[in-house]
Amino acid sequence: MNYRVDPGLYALGTPDADSPVLVSANFKMSFDRLREALPGRNAWILVLDTDGINVWCAAGKGTFGTEELAGMVEASGLARVVKHRRVIVPQLGAPGISAHEVQKLSGFKVVYGPVRAADLPAFMDSGMKAGPGMRTKTFTTGERLSLVPVEMIHAFKTLLMVLPPVLLLSGFCGHGGFFSNILSFGAFSALGLIMAIAAGCLLTPALLPWLPGRAFSIKGIWPGIAGVILFLTLRNTTGSLPAAGAFETAAWALIIPGVSAYLAMNFTGCSTFTSLSGVKKEMRWAVPAQIAAVALGAIFWITSIFV
Amino acid sequence: MSKPVYLKDVVTLQLDREACSGCAMCATVCPRGVFEIAHKKAQIADRDSCIECGACALNCPSGAVSVRAGVGCATAVINSMLGIKGDCCCSVDQYEVNEKNSPKGSACC
Repeated sequence: MNYRVDPGLYALGTPDADSPVLVSANFKMSFDRLREALPGRNAWILVLDTDGINVWCAAGKGTFGTEELAGMVEASGLARVVKHRRVIVPQLGAPGISAHEVQKLSGFKVVYGPVRAADLPAFMDSGMKAGPGMRTKTFTTGERLSLVPVEMIHAFKTLLMVLPPVLLLSGFCGHGGFFSNILSFGAFSALGLIMAIAAGCLLTPALLPWLPGRAFSIKGIWPGIAGVILFLTLRNTTGSLPAAGAFETAAWALIIPGVSAYLAMNFTGCSTFTSLSGVKKEMRWAVPAQIAAVALGAIFWITSIFV
Repeated sequence: MSKPVYLKDVVTLQLDREACSGCAMCATVCPRGVFEIAHKKAQIADRDSCIECGACALNCPSGAVSVRAGVGCATAVINSMLGIKGDCCCSVDQYEVNEKNSPKGSACC
């Protein structure tokens, strides 16, 4: 599938030489959100080549940038299409665009529009004035949950690599035959890992503002602990296996919060309020702790099989 | 709901009030409401909310704002440490997964 739009100048409705010029990225969703936000309006849309990446990410990488914008103004012949000398750039494009440099290079003044395309009509109707809230990036529950599927898929890809050795080792747990062990002990082990992923990739984003701690690794521990309690309850009260021993209990008490904290930490990239300096500071202690927890948990889990 | 904030006292944001011309571009471009304009000069009103996106520094015509800009993404940090290219979630591969499975999923980073 192709999610790119060809870069260049597009007409929305029937724009003329006085119509506003809106700048966007050549990611289909960025372009479509912009078009959808302006029903019945006439405008020019100048699409920059950002390799099919959305405005904010591309601005962070510099592909939605000063030179690209000035170059596209030139290449599209915008100066011959409109009489005015003004382009409206999404505010989240500002990490890549230097407004005064664009004016120097192209002669066009950059006006920063609102963060959300949906606020554009109100912004333009009030004479390019941003109303309350139009300049800040939110991170609502809906916005956080929309990121869950892609995070889950990444985690499950890793799970598929981990699962074969886990199931194979489960066969040797000594309670019954090899295959019945895989279906009992092995299935519970798979459930433990799935619950760790659910804690880090689903519960953490869903409950993010209410989880104690500032570092995401800390936030991810709480759903992990809830996961441990739920898992051990299920493990010890359902199925035909004898209750988990000390090693197996300790293993899951380390693995589930450790994995959940790691996945939560990786949600920093999806969030809208983390800084690189902060992420690096968090990672300095969090990554060694996560590796230690999961490695020690794995050793305990293997020990529980053979002891 | 109050504005979510990350770690305290870590960001590299610096403002030289002497050099500031009071044009307010920093306050305009900041998506986190870090700056305020008082007595025709910018001031850092909410430093811990800064995400180091770099928009303020890039758009300051008098060079009064500086910040070590970057993306606060642990995956990107891990990938760069492991030497994996196509940094962070900004690879095209990611978007295809995203689109197939959640048509509403906004892109991360």
